[in-house]
Amino acid sequence: MSRYDSLLDACGGTPLVGLPRLSPTVPEGAPPVRLWAKLEDRNPTGSIKDRAAMFMVRRAEEEGRLRPGDTILEPTSGNTGISLAMVAKLRGYRLVCVMPENVSAERVQLLRMYGAEIIFSPAAGGSNQAVATAKQISAEHPDWVMLYQYGNEANARAHYETTGPELLRDLPTITHFVAGLGTTGTLMGTGRYLREKVEGIQVVAAEPRYGELVYGLRNIDEGYVPELYDATVLSRRFSVGTRDAVLRTRQLVEVEGIFAGFSTGAILHAALAVAHEAVRAGRGADVAFVVADGGWKYLSTGAYGGTLAEAEEALEGQLWA
Amino acid sequence: MAIEVRIPTILRGYTGGAKVVEGAGDTLGDLLTDLDSRHEGLRARLVTDAGALHRFVNVYVNDEDVRFLGALDAKLNDGDSVTILPAVAGGAR
Repeated sequence: MSRYDSLLDACGGTPLVGLPRLSPTVPEGAPPVRLWAKLEDRNPTGSIKDRAAMFMVRRAEEEGRLRPGDTILEPTSGNTGISLAMVAKLRGYRLVCVMPENVSAERVQLLRMYGAEIIFSPAAGGSNQAVATAKQISAEHPDWVMLYQYGNEANARAHYETTGPELLRDLPTITHFVAGLGTTGTLMGTGRYLREKVEGIQVVAAEPRYGELVYGLRNIDEGYVPELYDATVLSRRFSVGTRDAVLRTRQLVEVEGIFAGFSTGAILHAALAVAHEAVRAGRGADVAFVVADGGWKYLSTGAYGGTLAEAEEALEGQLWA
Repeated sequence: MAIEVRIPTILRGYTGGAKVVEGAGDTLGDLLTDLDSRHEGLRARLVTDAGALHRFVNVYVNDEDVRFLGALDAKLNDGDSVTILPAVAGGAR
């Protein structure tokens, strides 16, 4: 079905497409190893975060925490903010986003266009500081509702109830699920669902490894692990550097025509690693991975053109996923 | 051949400012003990008194998180690359 009563009803149900050119070649007679891309950029605001935003708002409404006209507060510099801004507009809420002051102009413009208000936190503290600032503002405004994507069970629940079942319906032979690790909601929700339904499923995380500048100020004793994270859901976890993420992002558009953001390149890098392992082991595999968003919001980085070294330099110090 | 270890900025005080150091060991635990013999104090920042990896430290062998490879018992081979990083709160979420 492709007719919906409103934009909110058009969330999810994204296509799963095969990647015949990027899937590894197997020796003659060996079982096939196939890659499949879940096109989450086909959601209402263009990212997988629409699913989490919808579920978090709906849950808060059901629990009576959100009433018409209320203010939603969220630390976010990216897709979650854009998703929440759309949902808030259509459901009649005010949205206040807390974000580091050094985020790209596109983000700020997109959020303001959707009607969100922005409070900037100091650039030096990065997203850890945005989370801390949001918690402080929340304490000062007890009537504002902080959905808090890093610890909100409805974030993972969105994927348990939608992304997971969609994948299993479209690919009953799935052997691996690969997604990005940020709030951890996608991997926790989809991973739990698939583990319940598919014996031996491998749940694989791809985590962006940024340039040194991003980690420079981080103290090892004051690190941060999202409250939603449960390591037992994962089978493996890969750290993917900027260069590999850019290389794969470019390969995806050049070889298969899918124009994605850099986090997707990192995810594809991990997906290819497990696919090639399956080939070496002589095992068949159906590897499904998430295309988290399209590349539009990242064009201004300049990292889609030039050499890989230039792209790496352009993204140095940026939170590219 | 040895094992190459990438040190995050925050821990370079233990390595005389070096970004990359070399070490040896059959497991990650052995490697950290070996490194500590030349870079005293480094191991204690990564491993708790109870003998587990600190919660906010991530260690990767050839880009894979060691917590899924046996943690401190993860097997190492000559030529492996080990990366140590602090845990950070996502990116543009």
